[in-house]
Amino acid sequence: MSSAVAILDYDAGNLTSVACAVRHLGREPLVTRDPRKIQAAEWVIFPGVGAAGTAMESLQRLQLDQAIRDAFESGKAILGICVGCQVVLERSEENQGTDCLGLLKGTVKRFRFAQGIVRKIPHMGWNEVKFQNHHPVFQGLTEGSQFYFVHSYYPVPDDTALVQGTAVYGGVQFAAAMAHRNLAIVQFHPEKSGPPGLRILENFLSWRP
Amino acid sequence: MLSKRVIVCLDVRERKTTKGVKFQGNVDIGDPVSMGEQYYHDGVDELVFYDITASAEGRPIDIEMVKEVARRIFIPFSVGGGIRSLEDMRKVLLAGAEKVSVNSLAVKNPKIITEGARAFGNQCIVLGMDALSVESSATIPSGYEVVVKGGRERTGLDAVQWAQRAEDLGIGEICLNSIDADGTKEGYELTITSRIAEAVGIPVIASGGAGTPEHLRLVLTEGKADAALIASMVHYGEHSIGEIKEYLARSGLRIRL
Repeated sequence: MSSAVAILDYDAGNLTSVACAVRHLGREPLVTRDPRKIQAAEWVIFPGVGAAGTAMESLQRLQLDQAIRDAFESGKAILGICVGCQVVLERSEENQGTDCLGLLKGTVKRFRFAQGIVRKIPHMGWNEVKFQNHHPVFQGLTEGSQFYFVHSYYPVPDDTALVQGTAVYGGVQFAAAMAHRNLAIVQFHPEKSGPPGLRILENFLSWRP
Repeated sequence: MLSKRVIVCLDVRERKTTKGVKFQGNVDIGDPVSMGEQYYHDGVDELVFYDITASAEGRPIDIEMVKEVARRIFIPFSVGGGIRSLEDMRKVLLAGAEKVSVNSLAVKNPKIITEGARAFGNQCIVLGMDALSVESSATIPSGYEVVVKGGRERTGLDAVQWAQRAEDLGIGEICLNSIDADGTKEGYELTITSRIAEAVGIPVIASGGAGTPEHLRLVLTEGKADAALIASMVHYGEHSIGEIKEYLARSGLRIRL
């Protein structure tokens, strides 16, 4: 059985921190854009920084959109981070509306606050995530653990039963962690979230969905 | 709810952490990567590595140091000093930094902010800004002037106006350092911090003057800052990250403990 960890390289900014975190956990990741290598890996990390529209364009240009769909269909463990979490849904409001991968039913919305609530966008910094369930990827986290976020849009899955963790910003409660079949997705950056973030990555790297 | 951040700044000179008072008389106090790693384990929210002489001496950024930090520290960190081009920004970000900080460069060439924000995202670009208290005038209505080169050179720019312009240009965050307060340990400059925090819609990191946990509380409440930068108050062991954060949490601030 393969034990390879692939990190998808699709010009989506900084992959170094994800690779460093994986190495810190004792695994040697393959940073790649080769669909065959992605297919050969057992764990696929789909990172992301930037805008959903740009991310989708890069994925299509590099023909990685199909590689991700194939990876999802073949049942290997996939972890989507930040924009890599958003574009697995069906559609994002970003860039005047962007069609996304649709591995999970739902949309990605921009933060809008109720009247009288003024908050800075992006939502940048440390925020608490409350985990509801006992999904293998989100186990062993101390209650009240905070994670590092940088985003202006947030995922809204149709099926709320997929939500594993929620956070609140400016009165808006949103899904910060979700899981669907062999897919685990997080809106925050586990690679930049200190010990609890590393714990999630470690859980993921031993997850056999 | 978002937590207020406590950020430690490590001024680096030739791979050594250094600390001076009002940018003069610096002494070396340790290895920046090891110090950063210790602060990470102590629970700091973010780190800043600032090469204080790269800019003045025209030396390139120590990319190997940035890579070493990325290998050992799993929280966001920014790198500043000596960034001269888009290519420098790319190198630093690809080496694992979350953000780059531009100061003199942005004053000299404001276009770089827009280009950097477009290429890497606004959240990656921090405007480092040194403000000096001066007499109010037609050109400096706020009474705070932007200075560069560690305070050695005045720019004729009004600090509040410059902050707003930088936001329009695409900066994601402002790190505001008060030259008057820097190194004094008598507290942050609350006036200019709150004026800038109210004038812009992006996070403001207050810098310069921290000596006690109470100084942080003041700047995060009255000063309206989103984050507080500290250096010497922890470098010499007078205070610890844990103690400061517990104090802030006890004072009712939202803090990551």
